[in-house]
Amino acid sequence: MRQISMRDAINEALHLEMARDPRVIVLGEDVSGGAGGTSGQRDAAGGVFGVTKGLLPKFGEDRVIDTPISESAIIGAANGAALAGLRPVAELMFADFLGVCFDQVFNQAAKFRYMFGGKTSCPIVIRAATGAGMNMGAQHSQSMYAMVTGVPGLKVVVPSNAYDAKGLMLTAIRDDDPVIFFEHKALYPRKSDVPEGDYTLPFGEANLVREGEHVTVVAIGRMVSFAEKALDALAADGITADLLDPRTLSPLDDETIYESLDNTGHLVIIDESPPRCSVAADIAGLVASNAFHSLKAPIVQLTPPHTPVPFARELERAYVPGPQAIEAAIRKMLKESRAAS
Amino acid sequence: MSLPRDLLLRAYRQMKTIREFEERLHVEIQTGEIPGFTHLYSGQEAVAVGVCEHLSDQDWIASTHRGHGHCIAKGCDVQGMMLEIYGRRDGLCKGKGGSMHIADMTKGMLGANAIVGGGPPIAVGAGIACKIAKCGNVAVAFGGDGSANQGTVFEAMNLAVVLRAPVIFVFENNGYSEHTGASYAVGSGDIAGRARGFGMPAETCDGSDFFAVYDAMAKLLKTARAGGGPATLEAKTTRFFGHFEGDPMLYRAKDEVARHREQMDCLQIFRDRVGKEGWLQSAELDAIDTDVMALIDSSVAKSRAAVPPSASDLLTDVYVSY
Repeated sequence: MRQISMRDAINEALHLEMARDPRVIVLGEDVSGGAGGTSGQRDAAGGVFGVTKGLLPKFGEDRVIDTPISESAIIGAANGAALAGLRPVAELMFADFLGVCFDQVFNQAAKFRYMFGGKTSCPIVIRAATGAGMNMGAQHSQSMYAMVTGVPGLKVVVPSNAYDAKGLMLTAIRDDDPVIFFEHKALYPRKSDVPEGDYTLPFGEANLVREGEHVTVVAIGRMVSFAEKALDALAADGITADLLDPRTLSPLDDETIYESLDNTGHLVIIDESPPRCSVAADIAGLVASNAFHSLKAPIVQLTPPHTPVPFARELERAYVPGPQAIEAAIRKMLKESRAAS
Repeated sequence: MSLPRDLLLRAYRQMKTIREFEERLHVEIQTGEIPGFTHLYSGQEAVAVGVCEHLSDQDWIASTHRGHGHCIAKGCDVQGMMLEIYGRRDGLCKGKGGSMHIADMTKGMLGANAIVGGGPPIAVGAGIACKIAKCGNVAVAFGGDGSANQGTVFEAMNLAVVLRAPVIFVFENNGYSEHTGASYAVGSGDIAGRARGFGMPAETCDGSDFFAVYDAMAKLLKTARAGGGPATLEAKTTRFFGHFEGDPMLYRAKDEVARHREQMDCLQIFRDRVGKEGWLQSAELDAIDTDVMALIDSSVAKSRAAVPPSASDLLTDVYVSY
């Protein structure tokens, strides 16, 4: 099968769905780019990460809308267009910019359906680049997904590879609820097998990336590939794991985690966001409440420290849980568990 | 030039309905039967009606925390609204929204909104939908003088100009944002001037005069419906009650409300005008008053007797799936 990058996979999903459904529009800063420039060239950016490249020439200015740098207006306009019958895909550029439009996300989009007695829905997708690893500093590198996962009414998607990203994006646009779609910047160029044409992946179904017997590893977004590297190293010593990629944090497929723990009894959660009130902490809490008796050892949450994302290469490398830290954490856990039993 | 008789009669009925709805709520709130807190629109009726008389169900409005008047003027069911404000299961939003979240998409009503400055970006989105559909429909963003100080509103205004979206920003300058005077909080004091700074036409009008609002809106809508982009209307008005029910209004001179009720009552101003011009007979208007009183009476009586939502309603309408 052909291999394409996550950037191209999402781009392909947008092309497919815009061609299929005339209600789909794309809006945001530089989604096309070049408007008002001196060269006269349009589609000059196609999104700062190139994810929306080629949409403007194909679908025109009515449906591919370059906006000023006005995040509240971008997300608010997406909300209003959705209430009026369109299916907007709004690009927030960096997930950190949730900070300048959070009202439209959690007071407006998330609550319309409930506040209005179920008489409407708000089918928007908010695309946002997420994550550390590119030395972009504290305001362009965060993993903000816990903040929106905690809001009833929102759905939250964090793909870990190109194949999932395409199928999840097509599901997201067709979903009638507001969806926040976090795209890890470091994964944009990463290639994997991606079929051409239309396919969707369901929300709320974790992907069992690998099967094993000693430990259950739950990893989110970019952490999935790091966990795979760690498990490759551990395989030499006969240590194997169920590697679960939740793919969507809301809804969350917690049942699959409990089922895996039935077999392994050991849980390691790897999350790129800070430790307090994180998705890792949430999953640990759910497991403690619902699958406590499956556990043979304390749950390990492998996260960055409780700090902003640093800038310097050395500091950022130390911040993000990497393959070696994951490998070490799993070895330590199993060793202590054996010693205790 | 006179407006058609049926329009004049309907406009009066709408304004009177809003007035009685609000004056009655002011009374009923004292009984403690109505949950939460409520922001009344009495005094500003000519703005909602002067604007919405130009709109069809296919035009959109985004409203505010002080939204009852906009809802009624846009055609929301009065009984359904009263039930909602009482928190009843058969309310317009099943008792899940309340006073500050009344919405009805079938009437083009995008929702009251409890966040000051929350509505205008949403209205721009609805305006974008109208523009794409090339149907000549528009969206109206209502806001107060308080919202004229929110950055989200400026973002919405600029975006509407950039996209030439058919959006009318209506600022109801009632002189107060909560407990603070507009003379203090609105830097230039000139909201319409701010709008012109964004590159859109803007009018200022007497918000107590239905005809002034109606005429100004007609002018601005003509351009917007023809694809000329957004416009702003600043209507100078007053509210007859506090920011919310229970507000002791320590910030207003003791005689201010009484004076405004005497001099700025849009219903009286309307009556005087149509009488003087000989457009309508006072007996016709009295008959409407009687109708409206009966409607409000029965809405309150039915709402008091109506059942609340059941516990199972708590867990529905969060997502499409539940």
